[in-house]
Amino acid sequence: MQVSRGEIFGFLGPNGAGKSTSIKMLLGLVKPTGGRATVLGAPVTDVDVRRRVGFLPEDFRFYDWLTAAELLQFHGRLCGMPAARLRERVPEVLELVGLAPHRDRRLRGFSKGMLQRIGLAQALVHEPEIIFLDEPTSGLDPMGRRMVRDILRAQRDRGATVFLNSHLLGEVEITCDRVVFIKDGEVVASQDLRARSQEEVRVVVHARNVSDAALAGLGPWCTSPHFESERLLFTVRSKEVLPDVVRHLVAAGADILELTPERVPLEELFVKIMGEDRGL
Amino acid sequence: MSGVWIMAGITLREAARRKILWTALMAGALLLAIFAVALRLQVLEFQSRAMSPFLRYQVESGMLMVGLYTCDLLAVVMTILTSIDTIAGEISSGTIHAIATKPLARWQILAGKFLGFSGMIAAYVALTFSGTVAVAYWVTGVLPEHALVGALLIIFECILALSVTFLLGTWFSTLTNGVLALALQGVAFMGGWLEQVSGFSQSVHIVSLGVASSLIMPGESLWRRAAYEMQTPLAGSLSFSPFANISIPSGAAVAYAGLYLVVALGIAIYHFHQRDL
Repeated sequence: MQVSRGEIFGFLGPNGAGKSTSIKMLLGLVKPTGGRATVLGAPVTDVDVRRRVGFLPEDFRFYDWLTAAELLQFHGRLCGMPAARLRERVPEVLELVGLAPHRDRRLRGFSKGMLQRIGLAQALVHEPEIIFLDEPTSGLDPMGRRMVRDILRAQRDRGATVFLNSHLLGEVEITCDRVVFIKDGEVVASQDLRARSQEEVRVVVHARNVSDAALAGLGPWCTSPHFESERLLFTVRSKEVLPDVVRHLVAAGADILELTPERVPLEELFVKIMGEDRGL
Repeated sequence: MSGVWIMAGITLREAARRKILWTALMAGALLLAIFAVALRLQVLEFQSRAMSPFLRYQVESGMLMVGLYTCDLLAVVMTILTSIDTIAGEISSGTIHAIATKPLARWQILAGKFLGFSGMIAAYVALTFSGTVAVAYWVTGVLPEHALVGALLIIFECILALSVTFLLGTWFSTLTNGVLALALQGVAFMGGWLEQVSGFSQSVHIVSLGVASSLIMPGESLWRRAAYEMQTPLAGSLSFSPFANISIPSGAAVAYAGLYLVVALGIAIYHFHQRDL
């Protein structure tokens, strides 16, 4: 498995698949029992390469007796940032995660969402080239989730790589460029989410006067067309064929009120790959 | 080395911000106040009896040793209570994850914390020790012999206890670490008493048991050496207590405590480096 520079990479799998353990191995927290891994071209045991790595742990805890600004200064100093640069950078990052008004508050008084934000800030304070995020949006409200999405995209746009581990597949779907599914420690599937517009699409049509002949004639473009709750459902290989489908239905006398192409949700894909009985 | 200093600095800052150090200092101040009142009452009682200056000096010196022993005991307990959570707690809570993934070696994390705690403990002992000596001098005019050596030995004893909590903290949970560290202090205390008893009984078996206990945890030997350095020459022959000495730990016993500290810290660093976090 390889993650390219500058992409937002999603790492998916059921509980116990080894997602967090894999991240811990990549960051030197857990010793691998076998195999080989490199981060930014350096072995995972290389301490210096961590100057270029950011990490938001899943079960993160910080020194809650520090203020938000002090925590970022501490982590920035551990990353070798000069004091002058930290003085500029800390307010920038606090602004980025929406905690600027709370810079002098102790973390003890922070909500879970605020702690998640400060955790993200400590992962970004030293402008790392790769950022590992283990469940970065858990505990965040919808506005917070949107903020994290925007931050991750901004990180990608500046050339950083984002390695994201999340249970929230909806978030992953709209944030990640590529995902990999793992099961029992093995990669079982990979999906390029950028190329999904060229993939199979499920279509829901609200139409009247659809004759049996019109339905039977969808064969060349559609798979398993059928009615469900007065909606015509079928799957097409690509959205490119939809104009032909519409022309066919109209020519056959159908009145089309609404047509909605739906991509197969990542969650459905996940269940298909992992099997119904495995939980997230 | 900068990682070590950053970790030492944050440890000192943590000590200053958390309540336990201030509580320990307040406990020290309270004991000091009780000590001052007791000394004053004793002085008044001596004056009413017109006791000989020689005997009065011996008794007041003995009381000073009681004060210094209390100071030693409080410092060791404070060392254990403040440090049992620093490694074990941060591993179990995951606090260590955000730190151990920064560009610093694991030994630097441990060494930094050890330095920070050592600094805090040294400051604590300096405050309570000098406070005890100052109160005794103010009330009675008595000063301990070789006070600096005594204070350094007490700090040494606390840092030895610290190395044990660091070692246990890399293996066990906070609670287990605390129980084991306090149990080892009990073994050390028992060893010290058995060695004292052997001064009277001359029993080879008791001597062996005492020495074995002191080898398992040599902390009490350091206090007894400190007491020997600070007590009046006559005190040892007058009493049999933790505050005075009959059986005096040798220089080799102090050296063994030093070796014990280095080995405990070395194993702690090695195990912390090897283990999964």
